[in-house]
Amino acid sequence: MTLETLQQYWWIVVSLLAAILVFLMFVQGGQTLLYTVGKTEIERKLIVNALGRKWEFTFTTLVTFGGAFFASFPLFYSTSFGGAYWVWMAILFAFVIQAVSYEYRTKPNNFLGQKTYEMFLLLNGLLGTVLIGTAVGTFFTGSAFSVDKTNLLNLTGGSNAISAWEGPAHGLEAVLNFTNVALGLAVFFLSRVLGSLYFINNIEHNEIMKRANKQLLINSVAFLVFFLYFLVVVLLKDGFAVDPTTGVVSLEPYKYMNNFLAMPLVLVLFLAGVVLVLAGIGITWLKDSRKGIWYAGLGTVLAVWMLFLNAGFNNTAYYPALDTSLTAGSAEWTAFMQSSLTIRNSSSSHYTLTAMSYVSLLVPFVLAYIWYAWKAINNKRIDEKELQDEHHSY
Amino acid sequence: MIGFDTSLIEWSRAQFALTAMFHWLFVPLTLGITFLIAIMETLYVRTGNPEWKRITKFWMTIFGINFAIGVATGIILEFEFGTNWSNYSWFVGDIFGAPLAVEGIMAFFMESTFIAIMFFGWNKVSKGFHLTSTWLTAIGANLSALWILVANAWMQNPVGMQFNPDTARNEMVSFWEVLFSPTAINKFLHTVTSSYMLAAIVVIGISSWFLMKKRDILFAKRSIVVASAFGLLFAVITITTGDSSAREMAKVQPVKFAAMENHYHGQAFAPLVAFGAMTPDADTAKKQNFIFKFEIPSMLSYMAFASPSAYVPGIYDFTYGNQEHGIPSFTERMEKGKLAIQSLASYKEAQKNGNDSLAQATLSVFRDNYQHFGYGYANAPEDFIPPVKLTFYSFRIMVFLGGFFLLLFIYFFWMGIKNKLEGKRWLYITAIFSIPLVYLTSQAGWIVAEVGRQPWVIQDLMPTMAAVSKIEASSVQITFWLFAITFTALLIAELKIMFGQIRKGPQNEGGH
Ligand code: HDD
Ligand code: HEM
Ligand code: HEM
Repeated sequence: MTLETLQQYWWIVVSLLAAILVFLMFVQGGQTLLYTVGKTEIERKLIVNALGRKWEFTFTTLVTFGGAFFASFPLFYSTSFGGAYWVWMAILFAFVIQAVSYEYRTKPNNFLGQKTYEMFLLLNGLLGTVLIGTAVGTFFTGSAFSVDKTNLLNLTGGSNAISAWEGPAHGLEAVLNFTNVALGLAVFFLSRVLGSLYFINNIEHNEIMKRANKQLLINSVAFLVFFLYFLVVVLLKDGFAVDPTTGVVSLEPYKYMNNFLAMPLVLVLFLAGVVLVLAGIGITWLKDSRKGIWYAGLGTVLAVWMLFLNAGFNNTAYYPALDTSLTAGSAEWTAFMQSSLTIRNSSSSHYTLTAMSYVSLLVPFVLAYIWYAWKAINNKRIDEKELQDEHHSY
Repeated sequence: MIGFDTSLIEWSRAQFALTAMFHWLFVPLTLGITFLIAIMETLYVRTGNPEWKRITKFWMTIFGINFAIGVATGIILEFEFGTNWSNYSWFVGDIFGAPLAVEGIMAFFMESTFIAIMFFGWNKVSKGFHLTSTWLTAIGANLSALWILVANAWMQNPVGMQFNPDTARNEMVSFWEVLFSPTAINKFLHTVTSSYMLAAIVVIGISSWFLMKKRDILFAKRSIVVASAFGLLFAVITITTGDSSAREMAKVQPVKFAAMENHYHGQAFAPLVAFGAMTPDADTAKKQNFIFKFEIPSMLSYMAFASPSAYVPGIYDFTYGNQEHGIPSFTERMEKGKLAIQSLASYKEAQKNGNDSLAQATLSVFRDNYQHFGYGYANAPEDFIPPVKLTFYSFRIMVFLGGFFLLLFIYFFWMGIKNKLEGKRWLYITAIFSIPLVYLTSQAGWIVAEVGRQPWVIQDLMPTMAAVSKIEASSVQITFWLFAITFTALLIAELKIMFGQIRKGPQNEGGH
């Protein structure tokens, strides 16, 4: 395969992992509903146990997403993590405290107390979703970083780091841009929608069911408001186009809209994703179906996946460099933009991408055994009786 | 160092060391105890005896508590390569990223899927399926160790790659060479088998506590027999692979080897210092300052090169050069390294200006000197001497305690099969105290491996100062303390929960 094909293949894979991650963040959304949907101790126990059997998948997907991005687009890994230090640290921290909370929450002698572990779950749900969404927002709005590979060869003093981030906030400044935040909030509310759908699907308990239904409605509305706002802004704004022959990055009006039009399959799948999410919400609300999570889940995966393809394909810089403190249109401003990352200039070598492609053939096999294992232990909904009989409960 | 913020480097190193060492407090137990649990469950399935099921479940509970915090500490490490060593991530991401990705796809998913069945599947899946899941959890955990250790071994002995001057970074040319380098094989075998020893000591130590309390005698005795047999087998392999690690080190990382032995002056018939103590200023003075030592004549030459007359070069031979043995000094290598860096810069410049002949000429200078590339970043030859004291002592701690654990396994195994384990108070106390000691041993191993290779992140190619991200030292300082406090709190929680579960004992585990 040519280098270009491999780069595209890997962008598709990495985008898919990101999309699956957003779907699996129903765990985070569910955590933020712990007190809203669970009013009694036993109800909260049901919720925590329902989520507790899935949290590892979300976590592992995040880790795998990181590893796959590292292997296929190392310059992104280097630039974004090293520069937007504080956003990523905040996100990671939110996942550190999650990992122990399920196992330790109700164990005797747990030192920090049950309430603290529950707070950890809430924090993880809130920070994890909002910050990841905000960080992804910068894929469309840009961040102020510069890349200069010759720094590595600098022996006359100064830093050898090939990338530098402007400003002291190291990524946290992304929250000052409302477009980014809108995506962050959209992800947050979407995860709560998915969380509610998961409870409805997975837990046998009348009160939980009722409250989850109510949350489904509220959060769906909030999700739609922020998501549509983000979508409209992005489709109407100038995007970061790359000249395929020279590699020069420039702003192009309606770039992201044009990308959709230039790649009709991406557009169709994106719209199908949005419709499926709405359908999942609709059948739950209108028809009392308990299968909404499957529709909304598949829809989320499709929509997010296609959004990433839009950001990276059709000669677009997926991680744009933009310094808003410079005068728009000035020579410096244009020069700054040339640090933007594209799937071409940030990828691994042909050899590595090929080797990794062989490894990626394992993915269907992995998905198959995950599916099989889920079916084996999830053949009936979780209820109070099961928790009493269960040897290992959270 | 050239215009470097040394405090940034120090704090970044400290943060990496802190988080890695925390991670390593939980990982080795996981690697070993999952196999012990799988063996115990196999005995249950074979015999149908509910006592074995109770035993299995008890150790599974202990594992679950440990596993959660292992996962919590692991995620930080994975992303720290990007956040704190961003130059490194770019320079070698082509090679280093691959094992991390494979680890996620191949190992972590396997572990986290089958762990769910292991914990929640007792009443839901067949006995055979459950047992298979337990074995797959153990295999998954050990596969994750494989990939991360391949990555680490590659940093110690970079093989299977080539520098691409056009992208100015290293690119992988052979996946198999990376995977099967002798350093990787030694490292994997030594690390996992030493972790099995650790798990065996933990099981024996906890079981001894039950014997001391005269509780759950049958459970404790059975656990001890399984664990000591397991520990004994793997102690032998740990020692063998540790020995071959050292030999390999003498070949590919001779400075680390010299530091580990506090060996400053090269010589033939070099003696091995079995134990000794150094003056407090030994590291700053950068010379061999023993207060006392106990030596075995010619042993070092024999250990390193299998011949008593072999010449073993010392730290000074590398620092100041040794013509007779053809060893260039660090100063010489620094000059060549600078030449490599500068000629690469000129190559880039010439290429940009379309000057082909100049580009070719500078490229060949670069190629001739590339093997010294990383040396170009330092100012003084002494920058390349690792902390000797810590490396030297850590190695001895590891080896002596390793020998001691071997004896302990033999004794426990013997007493176990003779059924003479009861009423041996001193033996119990020794076993209980061995638990902290085995953790110390395992950490000491990593200190030898990692501190001994300073200042290299990638041997001879990239020192820490060229690898670090461009952030404020104060930011790293804040995250350092954040992790120090959080991880300590979680560790306390883990230990308290663990002690609580042990006190509760296996009776409540429901062996039916
Ligand atoms: C995959 C790579 C890798 C792995 C598995 C480990 N390390 Fe490491 N370690 C590094 C990669 C690394 C590094 C990125 O290369 C560092 C950071 C800076 C440096 O010089 O090396 C490092 C530094 C470093 C230091 C600091 C040494 C110093 O600054 O003097 C210590 C003490 C450790 N490590 C200890 C460990 C422990 C206890 C590990 C067991 C889990 C471990 N490392 C695993
Ligand atoms: C810098 C190096 C390392 C990184 C980046 C790293 C990364 C990680 C991550 C992200 C996790 C959580 C995975 C999950 O989602 O379940 C994890 C867990 C784990 N890691 Fe590491 N790790 C490192 C070192 C090691 C080493 C040296 C070993 C073994 C030799 C190891 C073995 C494991 C195991 C067995 C787990 C499962 C959790 C546990 O049982 O405690 N890791 N690691
Ligand atoms: C008794 C004989 C032993 C010998 C001769 C030995 C030798 C070594 C050597 C030379 C290294 C450094 C390898 C390198 O830097 O490339 C090492 C590392 C290590 N050792 Fe040992 N060791 C022994 C016992 C133990 C024991 C008993 C444990 C733990 C229970 C242990 C745990 C480790 C670990 C975790 C590492 C780091 C991983 C690695 O580099 O392989 N060792 N050992």
